[in-house]
Amino acid sequence: MDFSFLSDDRYDFLGAFWMNVQLTFWSAIGALILGTVLAAMRVSPVPLMRATSTVYVNVVRNIPLTVIIIMMSQVLYTQLGVQLATRGERGFLATNNFRLAVLGFVLYTACFVAEAIRSGINTVPPGQAEAARAIGLRFTQVLWLIVLPQAFRSVIAPLANVLIALIKNTTIASAIGVAEAALLMNTLVENEADKYMAVFLTIAVGFIILTLPVGLLLGWVAKKAAVKR
Amino acid sequence: MSNLAVLYDHPGPKAKRRNLIASIIFGLLLIGLAVWVWVILDGKGQVGAGSGERWKPLINADNWKTYLLPGLWNTIRAALVAVVISVVFGAIFGIARLSDHAWVRWIASVVVEFFRAIPVIILMVFAYTFWNQVFGTSNPFAAVVIGLVLYNGSVLAEVFRAGILSLPNGQTEASKAIGLRKTQMMMSVLLPQAITAMLPATVSQLVVIVKDTALGGLLIVGYTELRRVAGTSASYYRNLLPTYVLLCVIYLVLNLLLVWAASALEKRMRVGRKGRRTAAPKVDLRQDFGQNV
Repeated sequence: MDFSFLSDDRYDFLGAFWMNVQLTFWSAIGALILGTVLAAMRVSPVPLMRATSTVYVNVVRNIPLTVIIIMMSQVLYTQLGVQLATRGERGFLATNNFRLAVLGFVLYTACFVAEAIRSGINTVPPGQAEAARAIGLRFTQVLWLIVLPQAFRSVIAPLANVLIALIKNTTIASAIGVAEAALLMNTLVENEADKYMAVFLTIAVGFIILTLPVGLLLGWVAKKAAVKR
Repeated sequence: MSNLAVLYDHPGPKAKRRNLIASIIFGLLLIGLAVWVWVILDGKGQVGAGSGERWKPLINADNWKTYLLPGLWNTIRAALVAVVISVVFGAIFGIARLSDHAWVRWIASVVVEFFRAIPVIILMVFAYTFWNQVFGTSNPFAAVVIGLVLYNGSVLAEVFRAGILSLPNGQTEASKAIGLRKTQMMMSVLLPQAITAMLPATVSQLVVIVKDTALGGLLIVGYTELRRVAGTSASYYRNLLPTYVLLCVIYLVLNLLLVWAASALEKRMRVGRKGRRTAAPKVDLRQDFGQNV
């Protein structure tokens, strides 16, 4: 197999995968925050908050991520003029598309984070919350001091799965022209069609290098952090 | 803690008042957000007075005949073909991972783990180029189906493996006792039970497949599925926002129907199996495999 494209200056493999890593990093932070808020709303005593969270999660997670990402660019930016970077700045389009993609990933991934945390809350024995209430803690205290710390420990494994899915999903940013691995592969199979097998293997190995350590590391952490009952 | 009421005391008069106030404040915030979005959209001429021309194509028969219905059909067609082949792929590799021969287990594990680690869009671009190079023709449909099958088949292989492993030991023991061979035991005792038990899971996997068909319209593959033709329709009628709103509604309805079918199926099977020892194994896919993301 001919891997000569690896040393070709026109194709920046490290740069492309670094883009996936950056997309994942910012999206993961945003999704964790929004997902936790959605999960807290889902278990709150205020019915309207519960309903809002339920509707949001069930609507957004049933829409293809591709549609959401393209909407970020074409509807939010092109039609409604929402900009996430300063116009006239160097690399405005690239920065703007990157941030729009991150926003799309956050809105979508937060649903799965919320579902994972909610099911984590379900694994905390009722006695914990009852004891907390018995010593007079308020709802926010019960949630923040007693339930969530235990819930987070049991959701590391499901959250790791969401993170791995997010790493793979960042390739969809290619739909709005973010220069990441899928877009690079697309250019490569167009320019070097005969080397498609080598191109595929290179990109595939790149994703295995990205996802495998995350799975192994977080799997180990999940085992360490699990609440022994 | 499935009964979330344990998180807080039964509300007394004071807590009820507090919850009501919180509800009102949150409700006002929501209404404020909606009004704000509406005002922005109105300012851009997307909704309200004079925006009728943008929304009318959604009920235009020509638009549906030329763009949306063929696109929807292409999406459904690819999803259905992909799920059928994925089930076969999943059954074969699920069984192979439980084989008595180490090399079979090993190969099956490598295949399944490999395809689960790679983004579906990469698989589709690869399948498209592969088909193009080997057969010399462009076949976006095949590329989409191959990409979907490699990924979802691998996920289903894990699902079926879990299904077979969760069957009671008595099933294997009884099969051995009446002298079935390994193949017979797998084909006529274990696999049918595992597949039936995992039927709801397979239907909910269809949600993932339907969502992922939208990847087929991207990059070199260019399959004319619903999202892609809707994009074409939107640039023809110059109504991007209304078209994308419609698109979201169509996907939502389609997927909610599938979710509903999966849970109805699960309920029916639980009732049907009442009194029997082989209760449907409880495997929560979204949690155990994180594959719905």
